Amino acid sequence: MAMDTLSQLSHLLAAGVTRAAPLLIAALGAITAERAGVLNLGVEGVMLLGAMTGFATTAATANPWLGLGSALLAGAALGLLYAVVVVSLQADQVVSGLALGFVGTGLSAVLGAPLAAAPQKIVELPQLSIPFLQQIPLLGRALFATSVIVYVAFILLLITKLLDASRWGLHITAVGENPSAADAMGVPVLRYRYACTIWGSGLAGLAGGGLSLAITPMWVDDLTAGQGWIAVGLVVVARWRAIPAAWIALLFGVLRRLPLELQGMSALLGNPKLGYLFDMLPYLGTIVVLVIRTRPGVKKYFAPPSALGIPYVRGMQK
Amino acid sequence: MSGLRLVPRLVITPRRQVLQSIVALGLALLVGAICLLLAGLSPLDVYLHIAEAGLFSIDGLADTAVCATPILLCALGLLLPFRMRLWNIGGEGQLLLGAWAATGVALFLPSWPRSLLLLTMSLAAMAAGGLWGLIPGVLRVRLRTSEVLVSLMLNYVALAWLRFFVFGRWSENGFPLTPQLVKSAWLPRLLDWAERFPILAGLPSHAGFLWALLLAICLGVWLRRSPVAFDLRVIGDSSRAAQTAGIPVGARMILAMTVSGAFCGLAGMIEVAGVVHRLQDRFSPGYGYSAIIVVWLARLSPSGVVLVSILFGALLVGSKDVKPSGVAQLLQGLILLTVMASEIGLRYRLVRTLPKDKI
Repeated sequence: MAMDTLSQLSHLLAAGVTRAAPLLIAALGAITAERAGVLNLGVEGVMLLGAMTGFATTAATANPWLGLGSALLAGAALGLLYAVVVVSLQADQVVSGLALGFVGTGLSAVLGAPLAAAPQKIVELPQLSIPFLQQIPLLGRALFATSVIVYVAFILLLITKLLDASRWGLHITAVGENPSAADAMGVPVLRYRYACTIWGSGLAGLAGGGLSLAITPMWVDDLTAGQGWIAVGLVVVARWRAIPAAWIALLFGVLRRLPLELQGMSALLGNPKLGYLFDMLPYLGTIVVLVIRTRPGVKKYFAPPSALGIPYVRGMQK
Repeated sequence: MSGLRLVPRLVITPRRQVLQSIVALGLALLVGAICLLLAGLSPLDVYLHIAEAGLFSIDGLADTAVCATPILLCALGLLLPFRMRLWNIGGEGQLLLGAWAATGVALFLPSWPRSLLLLTMSLAAMAAGGLWGLIPGVLRVRLRTSEVLVSLMLNYVALAWLRFFVFGRWSENGFPLTPQLVKSAWLPRLLDWAERFPILAGLPSHAGFLWALLLAICLGVWLRRSPVAFDLRVIGDSSRAAQTAGIPVGARMILAMTVSGAFCGLAGMIEVAGVVHRLQDRFSPGYGYSAIIVVWLARLSPSGVVLVSILFGALLVGSKDVKPSGVAQLLQGLILLTVMASEIGLRYRLVRTLPKDKI
């Protein structure tokens, strides 16, 4: 019995970790862009375009690595477009971000129509098992015998962690906190903002590719089903930090799997459709944190980058 | 060295605004054409088809009125907070919740007389939508939470709530839809009079479109006449100035958010009572999101909102049977993005600076 529970838990954890990987990748991208002061509400649409591009490329070339790369590029291309609009042309980031999301969603549906019409199997991203380590009880299966997208997420996590420690990381943070001071110090504000926007959007595309190449290997319209928005909320909950983002992504990933794993349990509670209420949790959690962070004692702890969403024009103070 | 420099414009004429919108629209259509070419379609054919199917036929116009109604209602509502630079992005969730409330009323009070039932459904929908707008409004005013993020997240909470009912308790034989509502919960449609006027046969336009137009006129008059509407403008220009002038900024913000939610909720009721006649998963193709674009394109004017909503309705109708399904969404996104990008042209003009040695 105990053994059974353990293996069930290990299974849930493994499923949760793979589910969490795309979420985390998208969130890490958003963290980098927002740390530089650029809010992108189009993550959902960018993820969709990435998912479609990745799937289409893999279907054509039978090489999931090319697929993953093309997903990254597709996201980065949208990011470049977005950067032109909000960094150079200084447009409102809330509305422009929504517009970008529309473009990504629409484009993925238009270009992906032939794929959606004729479902097919593709070569998925491979699983990678590390000998010995994968036999660790409970964690082994989740961390060391899993899809490569999880390892990609892990590497990106380490890179994003450098925001707090490296020279360029501090430059990015300065650009997002106080761009005019950064400018005065000789940090090229606009160039950093371009780079972070493109990188962030590229990661959103990559996350989409992870979805369509490893988690749910197919292409249908609206494949992401709100995960891009969860990633946007996750950034707030994680306080624009990489490591907390990983934990919360894991929590959300497990939550997403829980209804499936615990079908017996929700039947016990009298309504097998209770899973739909579970879907609310990431969004409600974000709202709760948005509320908590306004409390005087923790305000500083949860503070967003000061210049988030504000275009930078040299010599013009907001 | 000679170069180009951005100089702020002091006056923005309405003519320039309209011109700018048209240029942005043209640019969006051009980029859209490139995307369509990439998808292997003939852009000209697609555009002509959309215009023809959405605007230049009786059937098409009738469908366009149907599609434009929820967009128009949501956009009218969103106009209010947008005027105060308060971004209610939660129109979609408010619409969904309104639809849910209206359906609940119709399912549980099927024996009520038609006018009373429709009225109760509208009120329930407006209350539900209003509540969904009130939450981000109150949080924003009391705690300074971002209304953008809260209203956004509430969209998906509403969606999950709706699915919980549609897949669960209210499901008909396990399908993701409720049983059809009683006839007395249906809005009157043109085709109801087809027996007396055969020309109306097959036209699905319902009374909701007239309601929406009426509301647009009322709102337009109110915005011109009411001191409260004037407050909204002042707050939008500078909330500090408004505060100093003694305008209750917080109360106005909550009011605008709640009313906009109620409008969106009403849109949900009208969609249920006028078109689908039941609640089902994915019944709205994102009307609440489209409305955001409409308000922006209409530059916050009610008459502009009416015009743009009808055009967007036509876009949705016309692209319905264009094979890849995302064309409407793609074009909407591109139009908004080009409008946003060209905004800078409204605020600044490009000036050639003189070479340094000549100064």
